Amino acid sequence: MASGAASGGSANTDTYEEARSWLLLPAWVTLVALSLIPVLLMLVYSFLTKEFRGGVIWEFSLAAYDQFFFDRGLFGDDPATLEWTYITIFWRSIWQAGAATLLSLLIGFPTAYFIATRPETSRPIWVFLVTIPYWVNLLIRTVSMKFLLRDQGPLNDLLIGLGLIDSPLHMVNTNFAVQLGLFYSYLPFMVLPIYAAVERYNFALSEAAADLYASKWTTLRRVLLPSVKPGVIAGCILVFVPSLGAFLAPDLLGGAKNFMIGSLIEEQFKGNAGNWPFGAAASMILLTMVLIILMIFARQQARAEREV
Amino acid sequence: MENRDIAIDVKNAVKRYGTFTALKQISLSIADNEFFTLLGPSGCGKTTLLRMIAGFEDVTEGTIHLYGEEIANLPPNKRPVNTVFQNYALFPHMDVLENVAFGLEMRGWSKRDAKAKAGQMLELVQLTQFAKRKPAQLSGGQQQRVALARALAPEPKVLLLDEPLSALDLKLRKAMQLELKHLQRETGITFIFVTHDQEEALTMSDRIAVMSAGELQQLGTAREIYETPRNTFVADFIGETNLLEVSVDKIAEGRATCHLGGGHELTCNAVEGINVGAKVRMSLRPERLFISDAATESESLKGRVVENIFAGTDITTIVDLAEGPNFSVRTSNSDRGNRRIFEPGNDVFVNMEHGAARLLID
Amino acid sequence: MPSNSFDIKSYRGFQAITILCLIILYAPLIVVMIYSFNASKSITVWEGLSLRWYADVFTGPESGKFKLAAWNSFLIATIAATVATTIATLAATGMIRAGKFRLRNLSYGLISLPLMVPEIVTAVATLIFFNAIAFERGLMTILLAHIAFCIPFAYLPISARMQGIEDSYEQAALDLYATKRQAFTKILMPLMMPGIISGFLLAFIVSLDDFIITNFVKGAGVETLPTAIFGAVKQGIKPNIMAISTMLLGVSVVMVTISYFISKKDQKS
Repeated sequence: MASGAASGGSANTDTYEEARSWLLLPAWVTLVALSLIPVLLMLVYSFLTKEFRGGVIWEFSLAAYDQFFFDRGLFGDDPATLEWTYITIFWRSIWQAGAATLLSLLIGFPTAYFIATRPETSRPIWVFLVTIPYWVNLLIRTVSMKFLLRDQGPLNDLLIGLGLIDSPLHMVNTNFAVQLGLFYSYLPFMVLPIYAAVERYNFALSEAAADLYASKWTTLRRVLLPSVKPGVIAGCILVFVPSLGAFLAPDLLGGAKNFMIGSLIEEQFKGNAGNWPFGAAASMILLTMVLIILMIFARQQARAEREV
Repeated sequence: MENRDIAIDVKNAVKRYGTFTALKQISLSIADNEFFTLLGPSGCGKTTLLRMIAGFEDVTEGTIHLYGEEIANLPPNKRPVNTVFQNYALFPHMDVLENVAFGLEMRGWSKRDAKAKAGQMLELVQLTQFAKRKPAQLSGGQQQRVALARALAPEPKVLLLDEPLSALDLKLRKAMQLELKHLQRETGITFIFVTHDQEEALTMSDRIAVMSAGELQQLGTAREIYETPRNTFVADFIGETNLLEVSVDKIAEGRATCHLGGGHELTCNAVEGINVGAKVRMSLRPERLFISDAATESESLKGRVVENIFAGTDITTIVDLAEGPNFSVRTSNSDRGNRRIFEPGNDVFVNMEHGAARLLID
Repeated sequence: MPSNSFDIKSYRGFQAITILCLIILYAPLIVVMIYSFNASKSITVWEGLSLRWYADVFTGPESGKFKLAAWNSFLIATIAATVATTIATLAATGMIRAGKFRLRNLSYGLISLPLMVPEIVTAVATLIFFNAIAFERGLMTILLAHIAFCIPFAYLPISARMQGIEDSYEQAALDLYATKRQAFTKILMPLMMPGIISGFLLAFIVSLDDFIITNFVKGAGVETLPTAIFGAVKQGIKPNIMAISTMLLGVSVVMVTISYFISKKDQKS
């Protein structure tokens, strides 16, 4: 219609234009003060000198980053070699988060697909079922998972009772337990965007492919998957990013051997190590990684949108 | 029109969005108590003009007067003008009565008085029994009537209707057209109606403004616009027509003599602004033409029948003209006794009623 | 076309995986729920049904600590969700109903900042901020931190809802002599209600749920339910923790269910 061409036709309007600044002011003030400035301060802190037993001395220092990347021996006067301890922790975090993402994808994609192909009336109920556990306190979920997986826990009891195993499987404090915990923490983030993408997908395309002699699995691989790819990528990012900095699952399910970034950072502020600049530096490195991933993702989504 | 009040007077109104010009210098006057229609294809600027009168769009240049008072700078809630929106915009969280009473309450009426008056309005549109329903529980036609009652309740000086019938099915639309017309007469309120449906416009309006590409193409009664279209756009947009390219040879005593590309001569009424030597188009309405196997006068055009298209009330015959494009000629089925239907391939003559030909300015 | 043997939409095994997925999601919660009714003092042995651990939560030796933590949690969640929802509603109106403006993208980035920054980083940054301005850590620091990171969670459903409401309703109100303030309070707000309630519930649960940020910014001795539970779990999982968890789980499920039915009812009308 004529108004559509003229006013853009969307719900975005200028009814309250004069009040705009007042409407946005509370959000600006709160978020600048409590979100933006703290992150900038953290960057500053990462370049300060540490105070023993927490806190900082306001003196510029590169010690935090130096400690992260280089080993200079016990007294700090050996020639610098690459320090592997922290890089290994980061690498393990990436690996664990990646494994959890893959696990989420393998289970989340079929689930999302199955839900999206239910009759329209029952879809919300399925979505509801998948999302309820997400709303249960993350700590409680992680503790529950630990309880279930214990050596004397119900899962081992069940498996022994069924005669599948003779002695309890040792699951707590393994990489697998951490991956399962991360999967459990963020699965809805995988399911929901894929679900949304499949729901929008035009199944006439699959029918066209089948009509042109493609098998079902070929149709899935060659027609459906490329169409829903943005949703799949979004899901992977939404699971990978929080998994990377997760604290509870590695802490409760992983134990000391499976130390991840979250625990390393926490230790600098809560534990005995107490090195604030180092914690701030580790946080900065984590944040940088996450922002790079998000930027690549945003660019890709923008490109995908242009193609459609 | 000088002796009647002017309800809305738009002078040199321009609307620009950035570099895009939606309205180019529109001037028109709408008389008190008139059913006035803005007609044109989508994107022609008709809705923009309506929204400028309602106060939802600023006027980039020009003025708008409402009964002599300049309103271009008043916000919509300060203008005694109400709108029936295209999708009705009935407040979904209020029942029908509350919807109708809303405008009155905003004008400072007490809740009781507003509800009482709203009740009367519902009576007027025959929806009294639906007063307690929510808009979602009503049919499209009922919602339409609630929207009308709501807009009329505060007794606006002018009622604006933005394609209010477009969401209704054909039968309901026809019924509502009549109802709207009656309502306008009963209330005596000036109606400005926006539509892209030419039939709707012709049926309901006292006067029609035909718009295209942000410009006013022609303003007149339904008959004037249909029978004496000013230019090709109007001739083509309103109803069906056949167009011929002609050159004007002579103008005398109000008649113009023209010739076609092959030299064949035709005469028709002269039009102001078209002078001797001009190459212009001529419009011939299909229902004012008839076919015979012999030339009835010198003005008959020679051609060959291509096909007949049966359409219920009438038959359209497509004739390939010797000196022009394909022509359509409409024969009413009630005319069958007098008019012969020719088979494809027959050589025929297309004859025209006196005054059927109309020269177009551009 | 369920009778069609070649249904292009259905893939073998997908249903089985969905069911497996639901089992993985629910099994731990259900097991903990069941064991919270265990009469035994040991968590490994089942000795029959009992409510003793629920009684223990309210009257047992640790009851004072948990009651205070629960009170803190609900107090903070209520205030933080209310403030965040108010801020988010105003911000959504400013973003969606106030025309185009230069700072729009920047404002959007600011609102979604707490979502992009990993939670542990937010925790570190907020702790450092309060340390730098020498703000004494306690309930107030938790509350302020919660308000900030609840804003995007409240904003999402509210802005989604607002985008779905055509502006013709407000225009109709203006046309019928309402002022802009009246169009906002009498038309836009009532239509926004389902979105605002979802936003509030979402913010409430997110606040109630939070462990990491709270753990960083809380003052010594100040506990919320998650930090109290975490402290207790470090000594080993005990039956009373399972009882608390089950109750908290119930609160979450009830709130999500409310939000589900509100949105469902809204879609119908």
